[in-house]
Formats: sequence, structure tokens, C-alpha cells
Amino acid sequence: MKAHLSRRYLFSASHRLHSETMSPQENQSTYGKCNNPFGHGHNYIVEVTVSGPVDQKTGMVCNLVDLDGFIEREVLARYDHENLNMLQEFAQEVPTTENLCIQIYEIVQRGFHEAHLERVRLEETMMNSFEYVG
Amino acid sequence: MVYLTRKAEFSASHYYHNPDFTPEENRRVFGKCNNPNGHGHNYTLEVTVKGEVDPRSGFVVDLKQLKEVMHREVLDAMDHRFLNKEVPEFLDRIPTTENIAIAIWQRLATKLASAKLHRVRVYETPDLFVDFYGEA
Repeated sequence: MKAHLSRRYLFSASHRLHSETMSPQENQSTYGKCNNPFGHGHNYIVEVTVSGPVDQKTGMVCNLVDLDGFIEREVLARYDHENLNMLQEFAQEVPTTENLCIQIYEIVQRGFHEAHLERVRLEETMMNSFEYVG
Repeated sequence: MVYLTRKAEFSASHYYHNPDFTPEENRRVFGKCNNPNGHGHNYTLEVTVKGEVDPRSGFVVDLKQLKEVMHREVLDAMDHRFLNKEVPEFLDRIPTTENIAIAIWQRLATKLASAKLHRVRVYETPDLFVDFYGEA
């Protein structure tokens, strides 16, 4: 029988929302406080949902140790306590939570093969969150 | 179609063990969860039902009845229990969060009068949960 397993992880990072393709006024009107040149930070919560048949031998969709290890190595080690604007994937792209959510989805989709990736949901604050299903 | 979700909490203990595995294999696959004395969690259950809103009552489902069914079929059986030893489904099935969600679905699916069961979500901790939609 097919079940969906979701796991939540916390990381903290800073960013600044600024587009080189916009004038200073346009950046200011688009991004508001998030355009502050010194940046600012968030405690992000990333919620990863995977699915698959429940293995009769283990009772699991996938072993949590494998999922936790993968997310720790490939996502948290990459983003926790970093300035997102300094990372290669955000050299050309604005590190909005939408774009970060897509990046994380693609990392998991590319590298985690123990279960099917359904969704990545990213909470920037308790009041806003973003989901990407591919 | 409207979806309605009702929450409940229960506390229970369990451990993970497959008698077909060697002791080493059990420890490797299940880690700390293999401790035969068990350990416990505060589980949160979310039951989501769906249906059309009854024009007379304005309800998708009679919440009182849903609450009673959840209590009778799930909480009375699982709250403050050692799942491996006291809940029949888990005498021969490992009480992982996945299997708990499936067992709860099976207990509820035929017992609901008007609305249809849509999803059973079981939180083992606030950071780990399983959704079951009755999929084969």
C-alpha cells in the first residue's frame, strides 16, 4: 500500500532580494525591506514529502536514516548558516523562497532514489510558505 | 465537495522488530527503535473526510459522530497502549507510522456514515508525519 512520508528540517540563512535587471527604484518598489543591501535572515523549515509502497519487511516507505542523511549532506550542509546570495545557484537568480524551494526540490529529485519525491514545502516564516511539486 | 479535518491525540509505545531478520539486521535497519522494551510518542491524528454539504444541516459530516467513531475505533484501542502487544494489527505487522496510518484508515473507512474518508495523517513527532489516502 502506498503512503506519503513527510519530514521537516530547520536551517537558518540570510539573503537579499535584488535583481540586476531592475533599476534601484524598481528593486525598492518590488522587494521593499527585503532589498536592504546588507541582507537579512530567516529560520527556514523545509518539509520534504516522499511516497512509495510500504515495504512489508520494514513497514517503511523508506528508511528515515537514509532520508535524514541525504538532506543533512546535500541540503542543510549547503544552506544552513550561509548567505544565499553568495552561492553559485543564486549568482544569476534572486534567492526568493520560491527559487530556493525549486533548488531544494531539484537536489532531492536528482540525488535521492530511495522513494519518490512528491513535494518540497518551504516555510520562510510562520506566516508564509511555498510548495513545489515539479 | 468540502473537506473537513478532525484532530485527536494519543500516546503509545512501540518498537520495530522483524522476526525474519537476524538481531544484527534488526539493529542495523531499525536502530534505536529496535529496543525490545519499547519507547513512546505523543501521536497526533488528523482525519479528513469529504462530501457535499447537506443543505438542511449545513454539515459535511456530523462532527459529534465523527468524534465518537474516532474515539471508539482508534483512541480506545491505541491510547496509552503498547502497540506491538495490545493492538491486533501489530501482532504481525511492525507499528511504524506508515502502518499505523494504514491501520487507522482500515478501522475508520467502513464506519463513517455519510462522508467519505479522504486522508489519514499521523504525526509521530511535529517533524515527522505520514499521509495515507487508501491507495493500494
